[in-house]
Amino acid sequence: MPDTNSNSEAGGIPQFGIPEISIPPISRRRRVTDHVMTGVAVLTVALVLLPLFAIFAYLVYKGIGSINLAFLTQTPKPVGEPGGGMANAIVGSMVILSIASLLGVPLGIGAGIFLSEYGRNRYGDIVRFVSDVLNGVPSIVIGIVAYGLVVMRQKHFSALAGGVALAIMMIPTIARTTEQMLLLVPQAIREAAYGLGVSRWRTTLSITLRTATSGVITGVMLAFARVAGETAPLLFTAFGNQFWNWKTDQPTAALSLQIFTYAISPFDEWHRQAWAGALVLIVLIVSAVAAVRIAVKHGTLAGA
Amino acid sequence: MGVGITVERLNAFYGKTQALFDVNITVQANHATALIGPSGCGKSTFIRCLNRMHETIPEARVEGKVVIGDLSVYNGTSATQLRRRVGMVFQKPNPFPTMSIYDNVAAGLKLNGFRNRKQLDEVVHKSLHSSALWDEVKDHLHKKSGASLSGGQQQRLCIARALAVQPEVLLMDEPCSALDPISTGKIEELIFQLKEQYTIVIVTHNMQQAARVAEFTGFFLLGKMIEFDKTEKIFTNPSDKRTEDYVTGRFG
Repeated sequence: MPDTNSNSEAGGIPQFGIPEISIPPISRRRRVTDHVMTGVAVLTVALVLLPLFAIFAYLVYKGIGSINLAFLTQTPKPVGEPGGGMANAIVGSMVILSIASLLGVPLGIGAGIFLSEYGRNRYGDIVRFVSDVLNGVPSIVIGIVAYGLVVMRQKHFSALAGGVALAIMMIPTIARTTEQMLLLVPQAIREAAYGLGVSRWRTTLSITLRTATSGVITGVMLAFARVAGETAPLLFTAFGNQFWNWKTDQPTAALSLQIFTYAISPFDEWHRQAWAGALVLIVLIVSAVAAVRIAVKHGTLAGA
Repeated sequence: MGVGITVERLNAFYGKTQALFDVNITVQANHATALIGPSGCGKSTFIRCLNRMHETIPEARVEGKVVIGDLSVYNGTSATQLRRRVGMVFQKPNPFPTMSIYDNVAAGLKLNGFRNRKQLDEVVHKSLHSSALWDEVKDHLHKKSGASLSGGQQQRLCIARALAVQPEVLLMDEPCSALDPISTGKIEELIFQLKEQYTIVIVTHNMQQAARVAEFTGFFLLGKMIEFDKTEKIFTNPSDKRTEDYVTGRFG
């Protein structure tokens, strides 16, 4: 019975002016509520994860049968001919996503650094607002922007145009998460570097950004995974291609485009291949994210 | 070798609030000088004015003259240049969490473009020795993060990090306030050795500590320097009534 005894002791020091109160023991109702709320929390986790597993399981069920060596190494066959694959689309997606990351990640992180380290003022507020609006712009509109910026000038569709469209979509997410992660780095860490005579920009890059690395990478991965499956911005930028193409200034196939084309076609064989393509796309995204996570973890020191 | 510090009519502000009023002080080279006073009296603000750390706070500003050695702090010297010569140890240990123990100590040199591997090794070794940490960390210099050490070890790591850039002055802002008595003892011992080579200014809430490590002591109250004299005099026979009240524990 410790909880009732300790109260009377606590009340026995009146000279501090603390009124004597009796704190009731934890009631049965509160214990029940505790258990119920824990159950509710677990339930919501299950509800959130359920769609993910359902989608993945269904993709495996529908798609795994059509995945074979030919699917991963050959280009599409003409209508009516069985077999063929999406090798060009797999490679095309990788190329477009690489271009998008090369453009979007440095710009996004740079903007995030500005917002956190130099943007605690009205200019920063403007950038923050614009960035949040950009985040909400429909992806097809971003595609039109890339069409105007790149395709109109080059006079033809290209992987570059697709990469630019996806990069524009990545930037606001990366910028805002980078900003938040940098703000979490204690001011004391920055001061430690200033105290050693390290200049402000060096401190930002080598100390603040480095301290926030794992969080910044989470933001980059979120942005990457989000644009990796995008179809609309690629429709009139990368455009798609039935053949191999290694040039970044030519129309390029992408998995998402290929899935779209095959899924709305009237042929059963193409429907099956669309399912397989969707499965490959998800597996690629998951492995890319996992690979980066493992690489980051590998480079982290004990106790950090 | 350490250099002296001269401060004339120093006023410091946070926005419209004035935190320091006309502070004058002369700090002797190669001695330890302690600054004491109740919380909020401006000790930390004062010490942060010496290496221009004060101005990293938005809307903070400083008026007056500070000369460290031959360097006029608020007149044509860049803050970065100044801070390479005036090291600082903070109240809470703040090692760089993503860096190894070695990299923490080497950070000041590496980030300023120093690349000679052999000399870096030597500097890291010597700095960790000077801060009495070498024996405890020598086996995992590269494997463990600076944040994995205990609080007292972290603070000595921060001292090693400050020493590695070979400053002339070492500013210590309550370096022991977050430490246990054993770690505190180690750091006080360290201060005793360090003042042979460096000029040390230490802010402390612990009057015994001031008496133990410092030759000179300044007493701050409400942003003003009330009294500055030999430590012995401040603690045994102060000229000002307010100093006497404080050191005898009548207030603060």
